[in-house]
Amino acid sequence: MTPAKRQTHQAKPPKWDLRLYVAGQTARSVTAFANLKRICEEHLPGQYRIQVIDLLKQPQLARGDQILALPTLVRKLPEPVRKIIGDLSNVEKVLVGLDLRARDAANEEKAG
Amino acid sequence: MKKKPVNQCAAFEKAAADRRRETYVLRLYVAGINRRSEAAIRNVKALCEEHLQGRYELEVVDIYQQPTLAKGEQIIAAPTLIKALPEPLRRFIGDMANKERMLVGLDLQPRKKS
Amino acid sequence: MAKRVRRGKLEPLEKCPTGISGLDEITEGGLPRGRPTLVCGSAGSGKTLLGMEFLIRGITSFNEPGVFMAFEESAQELAENVASLGFDVPGLIARKKLLIDHVRIERSEIEETGEYDLEGLFVRLGAAVDEVGAKRVVLDTVEALFGGLPNEAILRAELRRLFRWLKTRGLTAVITGETGERTLTRYGIEEYISDCVIFLDHRVNNQIATRRLRVVKYRGSKHGTNEYPTLIDEDGLSVLPITSLGLSYPVSRDRVSTGVPRLDAMLGGKGYYRGSTVLLSGSAGTGKSSLAATFADSICRSGKRIIYLSFEESADQIIRNMQSIGVNLKQWREKGNLVFNTVRPTLQGLEMHLAMIRKMVKAFKPHAIVMDPISNLISVSDRIDTKAMLMRLIDFLKNQGITAVFTSLTTGGLELEQTEEGVSSLMDTWLLVKMVERNGERNRLLYVLKSRGMSHSNQVREFRLTDDGIVLTDVYLGGGEVLTGSARMLQEMQDRVQTEVAAADAARRKRELDIEKADLRADLDALKARLANIEAEQNLAQRGETTRIETLGQRRRSLSRSRQAD
Repeated sequence: MTPAKRQTHQAKPPKWDLRLYVAGQTARSVTAFANLKRICEEHLPGQYRIQVIDLLKQPQLARGDQILALPTLVRKLPEPVRKIIGDLSNVEKVLVGLDLRARDAANEEKAG
Repeated sequence: MKKKPVNQCAAFEKAAADRRRETYVLRLYVAGINRRSEAAIRNVKALCEEHLQGRYELEVVDIYQQPTLAKGEQIIAAPTLIKALPEPLRRFIGDMANKERMLVGLDLQPRKKS
Repeated sequence: MAKRVRRGKLEPLEKCPTGISGLDEITEGGLPRGRPTLVCGSAGSGKTLLGMEFLIRGITSFNEPGVFMAFEESAQELAENVASLGFDVPGLIARKKLLIDHVRIERSEIEETGEYDLEGLFVRLGAAVDEVGAKRVVLDTVEALFGGLPNEAILRAELRRLFRWLKTRGLTAVITGETGERTLTRYGIEEYISDCVIFLDHRVNNQIATRRLRVVKYRGSKHGTNEYPTLIDEDGLSVLPITSLGLSYPVSRDRVSTGVPRLDAMLGGKGYYRGSTVLLSGSAGTGKSSLAATFADSICRSGKRIIYLSFEESADQIIRNMQSIGVNLKQWREKGNLVFNTVRPTLQGLEMHLAMIRKMVKAFKPHAIVMDPISNLISVSDRIDTKAMLMRLIDFLKNQGITAVFTSLTTGGLELEQTEEGVSSLMDTWLLVKMVERNGERNRLLYVLKSRGMSHSNQVREFRLTDDGIVLTDVYLGGGEVLTGSARMLQEMQDRVQTEVAAADAARRKRELDIEKADLRADLDALKARLANIEAEQNLAQRGETTRIETLGQRRRSLSRSRQAD
């Protein structure tokens, strides 16, 4: 079952509100979604919501949300807003981008 | 004026689930039978058996015997492994010994480092 | 201009008029339709403005809506920047003719985590194009993406795809790029845009800024390859084609008086041709301005209009100075026949001057124009620039049938023909005022060096500034030298005295001869009387001794003969 979906209907917004912008169901966008899902389940179980926005269906939203590269993951909550581009296959970088891991820790690992 | 964003989450859940059942179509191009080609064939086969059991098709092509195929696929280096499906198309060159990189390239494992 | 009719597909290259003054002339019709054009230049060279004007003119003149994708400035900033140029961006946006999409990229807030593409940009642009039905697109400055996105390889591939996509959509696009150190654009995107490349230059020489535009390449089309002076003023961008009008202007056989009757006489009896160009050159203080002012006065007197451009003196100063030679310019200014424009040439670049003149001419519609002196413009720029500018100005004036009088200060030391080398060839009539120094005074001489299309005097005249204006006097050509001023007058007086003396001599001589004649006649009469007496005496003696007397009579007659007495 999808905990993300259940939480959509709760009065209180989830602590982690994430938006994934894609253009249609492509291999890359499905990969990005699968990667995001896996990371959330592992690191934020029960406290996140994922919205997938297909810009092929709603192209105007690209302008309003300043989307350029696809896929783009936008962390709407908690603030500040963060943008993560790419298919989210680099887990370390996704965690850093979401502030789930300190930046220098990632760098250390990179250097190592 | 501003439309409310429509959540396509469910559709992507389904697509991701389908993905896990997708069949991989792989073509391995080698140049004759030598030690390097044998290693490549061995490595690719082992990897497929371990991670893609039951959902892959692997074809081995000797470009000496079928040079036109090499041209059509733009093969320059040998051995070259082509992942034709699922999209996107990917190419791997070398003896395919780096299992980690192969898994990432085949979208079977998230990338660990940049 | 009328909207261009879309023609068949076999047409070699359809063009999309920009509506930007002059740009369509040098590109022979505009930018390649349905293709991207790269506009590159340094910061502040007017790339953004060119793009914006391309869209706005597209909407207002050709009814082609446009999308402006701004990577650097916000929609509001852009609107404000062009508001001073009279472009109502918010109005066009409200009418859904123009759409500005500000693409904001914050490098710091972007984390790259794997593979991606720029489909978002495509989707955005596509949506914007569909929203207003855009035919024209501007991407300003797309290279900003390189600073915002870390993966250059992806970017390059995507930009290439983007330009292809624009072509497929049939959009006429302007893509701007900032000049790199060795390349036209910082990231070398000119490699992907091969149809048309325009280069804008903004340089500062002697603290005077000049803008230029050059069409670097234009595949499949003829185009001017020169650097064209460009300017930005309240009407937007204007490119000034060097010979936009060519040499096909109408010529006139009408004549315009120079204001000096004897000068008219020297110029085939009637003065300058209407619509011709006249150069008055001379060293300082030779009366060039006075000659020009006299011409202006004459134009006004005939009820016509003239613009007097002064690069040296103020209007009041000119009026006062001309008053001293009996030329009243003030009245014409008050009546509206004469407009002064006095500006230091160094205040603005040459093309700004040219644009200003064009504007004044279009507004005032003068019959003639005086530029005093053009030599001061040379101080602004080098001579070639001045010549190019004058050429454009002259083409323009000729096309309007405006008679133009230019004065030029010749600098001492150099040969006159040399100093004027640059501009004299552009002139139809060339008058030279020269100072000659002799016997401790300076006097002015006026020559007609050339005057195309008329038989003109080859004579030199003395040119005098009197209380009643300019007077031309014959010079004394005596002793193999041209004499002027006091020397001429002295010579003239000497001449007069000599003549009088000669006349008196002649009269005296005549009188003397008359007297001599009278004396001779008197002698003759006396001799005749004596002869008569002798004959009477002879008759008397004949009766006495005949033979002796006969011999005597013979001797007397022969004597008479020898004296030719009869």
